[in-house]
Amino acid sequence: MAVLLLLAPVAHAQTDLLGQLEKETVDPQKREVVAATFKGTHIINSQSVENPGKGTMAFLIQHRFGTLNSGAYNFFGLDQAVLRLSFEYGLTSRLAVGVGRSSQEKTYDGFVKYRAIQQSTGARAMPVSVTLFASTAINTLKFNASPDQQRTTASRMTYAYQALIARKFSPELSIQLMPTLIHRNYVATAPEENDVYALGGALRQKITKRTALTADYYYLFPGNTASNFRNALGLGVDLETGGHVFQLHVTNSLGMTEKFFVPETTGKFFSGDLYFGFTVARNFTVRPQI
Amino acid sequence: MSLVLIPLLLAAAPASFGQGKFMTKTGRVTFFSTSIIEDIEAINNATAAVIDLNTSQLAFSVPIKDFTFKRTLMQEHFNENYMESGKYPRATFTGHFVGLDGTVLGTAGAHQVKAEGDLTLHGVTHHVTVPGTLEMKNGQLQAFALFSVAPADYGIEIPLLVRENIAKIVSIRVILIGDPVSGSAAPVSRSASPN
Repeated sequence: MAVLLLLAPVAHAQTDLLGQLEKETVDPQKREVVAATFKGTHIINSQSVENPGKGTMAFLIQHRFGTLNSGAYNFFGLDQAVLRLSFEYGLTSRLAVGVGRSSQEKTYDGFVKYRAIQQSTGARAMPVSVTLFASTAINTLKFNASPDQQRTTASRMTYAYQALIARKFSPELSIQLMPTLIHRNYVATAPEENDVYALGGALRQKITKRTALTADYYYLFPGNTASNFRNALGLGVDLETGGHVFQLHVTNSLGMTEKFFVPETTGKFFSGDLYFGFTVARNFTVRPQI
Repeated sequence: MSLVLIPLLLAAAPASFGQGKFMTKTGRVTFFSTSIIEDIEAINNATAAVIDLNTSQLAFSVPIKDFTFKRTLMQEHFNENYMESGKYPRATFTGHFVGLDGTVLGTAGAHQVKAEGDLTLHGVTHHVTVPGTLEMKNGQLQAFALFSVAPADYGIEIPLLVRENIAKIVSIRVILIGDPVSGSAAPVSRSASPN
């Protein structure tokens, strides 16, 4: 009897050393940040809550062809193209800066993105991620009016402010809400508003390990801009191929920065004013993590 | 009855006192994939391991999310697509040393050993034999192992486009420095070692 009692703990240790180890080391309350809410830093038109990552430089090529309903003469839009090239860099895991250049209105833009809150599990779990986004854009088109009507630099500036609030509901489904304010120092006509408020929504639904369907939409709050322009809608697919993410989409917005697609979308989505476009992101590791 | 037991206990005592149980929560596991196109390396410094010299048993638990890569995007792909670390958060090994002579660890230097057991990665388990070394130094048990695994054996699919970038066989290196677990028998080798 005594021998059995002595042997018992040893026998237990033999069969369940791993169980003991996990009991001692695996903390179910361990706080873990939810990763990969979206696949890229952009969804379609919108920025996502994601940043390139510390020490990573992302080079993005964003492209929009003409509308699909522009006819065979324009090769269904492929004859026309608007391009935005941009660089984004992760200064820290939370803070990223970027610069971009759109061919539309020869616009340069610069932005700051800060991951204020990250969705997490475990102790003091956070239900959502919140990224704050601010950008400035400057139109550099030549202005051919008389000298006294020459536009000042300030009149060429536009600002965008967004709070990107996202939740990854499951490994497949992520949803993002985007309260947005666009401030334009100068508008072409009196009824247009300098401040435009909008609420954006976006989602990603994975369909296989490496492909996902995406959508984003901006609702313009009632006002002159809302009655004279359209709400931007985009539908897309993300294809992941290892080092690249290809994002293909159709949208009724030609512009690829907030100042264009929020207040200046004109296309009627369901009348076929659809711009086919894509975003390709290539990441370069500037400062390796190890 | 008890008189019969006493000599038995006395006989058993030296064996159990000469060994001990060693544990770490900061073991290092690194892996390397070398291909013509690129070399991939990742480091994990949060591996938990326990080695029980009394029973020759050992167990490892490697938190997959704690692997750090040079490139943040690789790390994301590794977790999201290859290892599916949300679903399979840990890789584990549980097994025993084959023919380990505990007394030999009392002598200085590294000793060749072989561990045999079940390696579970990405939810798939295979029985493996891994060569390594054990060394008792300053009262700590140091363990080293270098072995390889084929991702395909563990149901880790690599898409066609990056197939040339990732090696068919990935080398894994394990470095552990285990501290004696308080409550388990103090190792005699501490006094036997030169330090």
